[in-house]
Amino acid sequence: MMTFLGIPIQALMGQLLLGLINGASYAVLSLGLALIFGLLNIINFAHGAQYMMGAYIAWMLLAYAGVNYWLALVVAPLAVGLIGVVIERLLLRRLYKLDNLYGLLLTFGLALIIEGLFRQAYGISGQAYQAPRLLQGGINLGFMFLPLYRGWVVLVALAACLAVWAAIEKTRLGALLRAATENPALVRAFGVNVPLLITGTYGFGAALAGFAGVLAAPLYSVNPLMGSNIIIIVFAVVVIGGMGSILGSVLTGFGLGLIEGLTKVFYPEASATVIFVIMAIVLLIKPAGLFGRNA
Amino acid sequence: MAEPLLSVRDLRAWYGESHILHGMDFEVRQGEVVTLLGRNGAGKTTTLKAVMGMVGRRSGSVTFEDTETIRLPSNRIARLGIAYCPEERGIFSSLTVAENLVLPPVIRPGGLSLAEVHELFPRLAERADSQGTKLSGGEQQMLAIARILRTGATLLLLDEPTEGLAPVIVQHIGAILGQLKERGFTILLVEQNFHFAVGVADRHYVVEHGRVVDCVLNSQASTTALQGYLGV
Repeated sequence: MMTFLGIPIQALMGQLLLGLINGASYAVLSLGLALIFGLLNIINFAHGAQYMMGAYIAWMLLAYAGVNYWLALVVAPLAVGLIGVVIERLLLRRLYKLDNLYGLLLTFGLALIIEGLFRQAYGISGQAYQAPRLLQGGINLGFMFLPLYRGWVVLVALAACLAVWAAIEKTRLGALLRAATENPALVRAFGVNVPLLITGTYGFGAALAGFAGVLAAPLYSVNPLMGSNIIIIVFAVVVIGGMGSILGSVLTGFGLGLIEGLTKVFYPEASATVIFVIMAIVLLIKPAGLFGRNA
Repeated sequence: MAEPLLSVRDLRAWYGESHILHGMDFEVRQGEVVTLLGRNGAGKTTTLKAVMGMVGRRSGSVTFEDTETIRLPSNRIARLGIAYCPEERGIFSSLTVAENLVLPPVIRPGGLSLAEVHELFPRLAERADSQGTKLSGGEQQMLAIARILRTGATLLLLDEPTEGLAPVIVQHIGAILGQLKERGFTILLVEQNFHFAVGVADRHYVVEHGRVVDCVLNSQASTTALQGYLGV
């Protein structure tokens, strides 16, 4: 059997792939968080709940309406985005003039309420969600066995991140978004409906979280706590990458997923904490984050 | 005499608890260049921001082309045809020069084309791909003025466009304002540079403690009285 530093290649590759998959979720989630924080200056603690809702809506669509995975991949993020729009219009909008701690508290409270509702309705044991037939099974790459669905998740998450990045960096809407992130009052004084831009951005960020949730549904069991389990790690990712940096959050998301995977191979005891250790070190050395601008 | 394009009556404005404008009264007619002169802290910048709807709270009356704007948000006011160039220039660092230039949406036809803007400011075409804030101070000022010429706005609010710039650039900006006036733009200008103001304006309002205390025609402006107001 081939080995690398005494570790079987199969095991190494398997953990790297798992790391990449986790990294894909981190990247998509932290991308949405970074977008929302950049423009709204709100640390969206409801992001995990929105991720969980994406997974649950996909499961509900299948269980109650027979809607397949592919359609759910579109419909569930739209639904979560719509819920995000309502949250922004009804609640967040009232907080912009206050310290951003209030936004954090409000979204944290919302996350607890949403989680509680789903626990009430479905318990905590979780529901299974099958991968679509097209992506069941896997292929043997010679050095490892690649389950098709996992490969798909990595690719589609990467594509989504690149598409969002391109939309922000290369389009007119993206330029408006970047400008409004820097100086919303001036952009508004140019005749741009900045409040609408803000609503759209929050809705889009929530939809991204929902999208990540649908992608995750066949990987893990769909349960009400899946959001709060992942969101703490994602916040660490965002802190490491730098709040508000789009590309930074994507690269950091994938990078930290890989590091986590490697740690599982070489020193499994630290795999649950390695990201937080890195976060502490980054905060000491570069408080604005690896890709952040100094405030 | 022409109808006023912009008419400001008893305009009061607050930032939080502090009351900055105490009843400004002035008007700007179609095609005029009018300055607000006054010392630091007199309320000139706040007046432009209040016209634009960018202060916390304001009262009184601001009409533009007979539309009352006092209750409108700033994006609606801009869409009536008023464009604003802030004192700090407001160039976006995450945008290139070209992106900065086309950022303000076109609100009605009649603005300058991009080619015409580049003709006025050739340097902006040369530096199109640079980061906006990598330009020199003078170039950033040019960019801040250039980007509001494309939108079709007819009233330009310019806040101290000459501040901190070399004399040769101040001269250039003066020449540009002259050309803009010839093209039919109406300009409300905040200035501390008295000589610059006299070179470009038709009339001057003198602002003190958030009120207009005097209005002087440019033809009678080269008196020591105005300089006395400014303390120069």
